[in-house]
Amino acid sequence: MSRAKTVSVENFRARVEELSGENVFACYQCGMCSAGCPLTDQMDRLPSQVIRDLQQDDITLLESNAMWVCASCLACEVRCPKGVDLAKLMEALRQLHLRKELDHVSIDEMSPQEIAKLPQIALVASFRKKTG
Amino acid sequence: MNTIPYFPGCSLKDTAASFESSAQFVMEKLGLQLQELERWNCCGTVSSLTTDDLMHHLASVRNLVRVQDLEQTELVALCSMCYNTLSRTAQRINADAEERDKINQFMDRESDYQGAVVVRHLLQVLRDRIGWQALEQATPHSLEGLNVACYYGCTLLRPKEAAIDNVEKPTIMSEAMAAAGAMPVHFPFAGECCGTYQVVDRRDLSIERSFRVIQSAAREGANVIATACPLCQHNLKEAQRELAGASELADIEIVYFTELLAAAMGMDSQKLPEGLSARMQQVAEAQTG
Ligand code: SF4
Ligand code: SF4
Repeated sequence: MSRAKTVSVENFRARVEELSGENVFACYQCGMCSAGCPLTDQMDRLPSQVIRDLQQDDITLLESNAMWVCASCLACEVRCPKGVDLAKLMEALRQLHLRKELDHVSIDEMSPQEIAKLPQIALVASFRKKTG
Repeated sequence: MNTIPYFPGCSLKDTAASFESSAQFVMEKLGLQLQELERWNCCGTVSSLTTDDLMHHLASVRNLVRVQDLEQTELVALCSMCYNTLSRTAQRINADAEERDKINQFMDRESDYQGAVVVRHLLQVLRDRIGWQALEQATPHSLEGLNVACYYGCTLLRPKEAAIDNVEKPTIMSEAMAAAGAMPVHFPFAGECCGTYQVVDRRDLSIERSFRVIQSAAREGANVIATACPLCQHNLKEAQRELAGASELADIEIVYFTELLAAAMGMDSQKLPEGLSARMQQVAEAQTG
């Protein structure tokens, strides 16, 4: 699902910092977050590139799939030597879409069999993370 | 019998029913009954990470109020996602009188939450309240012969404030297994993510991650993987079913840690996962023969 250019945000970086409570300039680009992230294989930008883009106020970041692939596993959060919580930045980026009612999953696309098989926590977590 | 307030969460009432029943069996044997909260509600499953989203902590706080209503200050959870969400909310709201006040004003029909409830995972209760020695004494059917890789995943270890043990080198589950006579297997993927809720719309991704966990455990000689989360358990089982084929990875038992403890305490083999009771049988035969 591409959400390319459907969200426009004034003061992009400031808004992400506000939502996340994080200071993106604390990051010195060591790459530790990207090294430990289990899902970089599937990301079109690495976690460290996500924060670099934020430093540069690059709004094309909103077109990246990284925030949707991120599983909030917090490996980056516990390992960042600068105490940056990248998972919060990822959440803020998701929220910029979701608060415009741009959901990323839909229960209508799932079969009743699929739904029945999944633990409830999978469904609730997915909808909490990917719908507004 | 002593009791402790207990939060089951949604999955334990459905896909993960054996997680709950085995834990209840274990705790009864240990003389500390899990007392299910009345009128508990879903904890929200994941902790909201944005600064302005206090509202989503409300579901967890309501459950803390239930504990307070019992005049208790400790709540135990089994599902590691519930544990994580409840614990993070409790720590945040206990420490911030202003946020607590906002939430209390919103919950008209509840008693005000006073900010005193601490949330623990069952493993912590086993370690800190029961003790490994008492656990050892309560497990006559030793798990000898089982090489158990303890899989923690994310939510028992991260963030640091919610970690039930050392963030990078946890041993708490291995200690429980060792007390029950099993051989703990250390493996590098013990705290790696299984792909979690991505299984809903990115199943490929969770299967791939989970399979790596199984491979890593197998490489280190595990014949059992112990889990503490209905979602880890689901994802690992799916990955095994889909990718293990006829390899030896298909023979690894993936079970809840409480099922292993219950087996060691003599729970009826009919109630245990089939593969696990077969292994217990082998263990018993090896010991007598
Ligand atoms: S680990 Fe922290 S400092 Fe290093 S690149 Fe990632 S966010 Fe920046
Ligand atoms: S929280 Fe997201 S970005 Fe950070 S390591 Fe986990 S998956 Fe990667």
